[in-house]
Amino acid sequence: MSSMAAMVNPAGPVTSAAGRFGVYGGRYVPETLMAALEELEAAYAQAKEDVAFQAELDDLLRNYCGRPTPLYFAKRLTETLGGAKIYLKREDLLHTGAHKINNALGQGLLARRMGKKRIIAETGAGQHGVATATVCALLGMECVVYMGEEDMRRQELNVYRMRLLGAEVRGVSAGSATLKDAISEAMRDWVTNVRTTYYVLGSALGAHPYPTMVRDFHRVISKEAKRQIMEQEGKLPTAVVACVGGGSNAIGAFYEFLDDANVQLIGVEAGGRGTALGEHAARFQKVGGGVPGVLQGTYSYVLQDDAGQIAATHSVSAGLDYASVGPEHAMLHDSGRATYTSCTDDAALKATVTLARTEGILPALESAHAVAEAIRLAPTMAKTDVLMVNLSGRGDKDMGILARELDLRGA
Amino acid sequence: MAIAFNRRPGIVAYLTAGDPDLATTREIALAAIDNGADVIELGVPFSDPLADGPVIQRASERAVAHGTRLTDVLGLAKELRAARPSAGLVLFSYLNPVVRMGMKTFCEKAAEAGADGVLLTDMIVEEAGEYLEAMHANKLAPVFLAAPTSPDARLAAIAGASQGFVYAISRTGTTGTQQSIAGDASELVGRLRQFTKLPIAVGFGISNAEHVKAVGEFADAAVIGSAIVALIEKTAPAEAPAAVGRFIAGLQT
Repeated sequence: MSSMAAMVNPAGPVTSAAGRFGVYGGRYVPETLMAALEELEAAYAQAKEDVAFQAELDDLLRNYCGRPTPLYFAKRLTETLGGAKIYLKREDLLHTGAHKINNALGQGLLARRMGKKRIIAETGAGQHGVATATVCALLGMECVVYMGEEDMRRQELNVYRMRLLGAEVRGVSAGSATLKDAISEAMRDWVTNVRTTYYVLGSALGAHPYPTMVRDFHRVISKEAKRQIMEQEGKLPTAVVACVGGGSNAIGAFYEFLDDANVQLIGVEAGGRGTALGEHAARFQKVGGGVPGVLQGTYSYVLQDDAGQIAATHSVSAGLDYASVGPEHAMLHDSGRATYTSCTDDAALKATVTLARTEGILPALESAHAVAEAIRLAPTMAKTDVLMVNLSGRGDKDMGILARELDLRGA
Repeated sequence: MAIAFNRRPGIVAYLTAGDPDLATTREIALAAIDNGADVIELGVPFSDPLADGPVIQRASERAVAHGTRLTDVLGLAKELRAARPSAGLVLFSYLNPVVRMGMKTFCEKAAEAGADGVLLTDMIVEEAGEYLEAMHANKLAPVFLAAPTSPDARLAAIAGASQGFVYAISRTGTTGTQQSIAGDASELVGRLRQFTKLPIAVGFGISNAEHVKAVGEFADAAVIGSAIVALIEKTAPAEAPAAVGRFIAGLQT
């Protein structure tokens, strides 16, 4: 009963129903998918409790993907900024170059356990597509990846990587030809082939159980980081900063700190070219931002016009260019447990250069949004403060964009 | 309650409101009713229609591009109700435009416009508590979709929550044409019959008289969507009402 009350009044009652984060989340999908979602929910619940499944996942995370990833003290960046000590959680050092492999591997093993041989996925920046194609190669499964044609243009190298790994990449020309449209097309494929196909969703989005399951597969980020920062600093960080597209790396980086009230959690959305609707992907922005609604299976903040049509978005980073956001972030935003800010394309590009030249690390453009916020924030903090930035991915995939954009700016 | 099927099989005609424009949609709807459509399913165009195939997706894009809004569709419903008081009229929408308007407000306005029922394609029965409350308060019939993949327990819930008719999806997939009516459809209708005495309409991929006849062997009505929308797409606006009228008349021969 209370779920729709949430829709009429976003500040409505909190429900305890599965798949709800406060009033957000739920399941809003074509009926054809319901049996598959129920099957997935049950299979995941079993796998979660299965020692053998968890052991295989842990082993592959360690020996195939390269976990634990280091928590690196960025000494030169810290000295340059002259404030809080900055640590980088190096998810960029994982196999395939981003945190995405944590989830793709988890879901790939789950799909195999469920007896599914055909895998579909969607991808924005290509990192989730590459991770899924990699896992499919590892497990010997057929893989089809949907990608907006605009994103295929922006992330050409990742398209080649997926094809090299044996995946079929299907371009999507509908709508804005970006992540949102790729998700719609993947859902269409899933609706059609639901009996034989497993959909590896790439962020903490979509209908229940995806937001919970994807978060669980990324919890390892904050689990490791918490132990590592205690070892290195003997205390918890003052703040944890992560970029938020769909929000999977951020929820993974935040999750184990949720009960540590003194740790500030800061999500950074894509501020794009400006604050007007269509120029950014900052769903939590006060003016010109999103309002609660339903997109692609879940109830969360959605960038939309006043008639409920989904708005166009813009970001220099394809992975943040999405009109909605994971429902758990919507809850954390409303409760104030996490704060959400945004960073412009320009600031992200500048942060990329700064990190490259102070530390010799090229962040993905998505992660550069988090770095930019750290660069803004650190000088305002005390030298005894500790700022942890989740470096969700590396920048190799963005070389083409960086070459064009930075050349334009005379860097 | 104006949802009644006057022949077997009855005809439900889907139109994307605002494609090519609202005035033409009105004329097409009237022609469809006058040529034998029992129920008009008036589609609210949405930017991200993920349950629809390419034909209806394109129609939605065209209608959204020239600014068709949910309030316009409600206005069109009101005109249709005034012009054809006894035809069945069901509003078909994705959730987000409705949520943006507010569920309660939407149901009140739909009733005021004279709609008989509402079908929300991404609303499942488990999430529908408040929706059903608002629908009942306004004496509107909620039409839910049943899929070949729905187990019996879900079919029972879907049949229990539906009024007017139950919409059985003929196969897994999005809207659009198919060669023949899948065996899935008759099996699904057979399973649904255990749980309801409501009429059962079969849709997704029904595009010609042969399909309609096949549906009539086991169901009460056929829903025709993409075939009509495709006809509108390739016909000049001025000719579209007559063309759709002839098409609907031809389905029942």
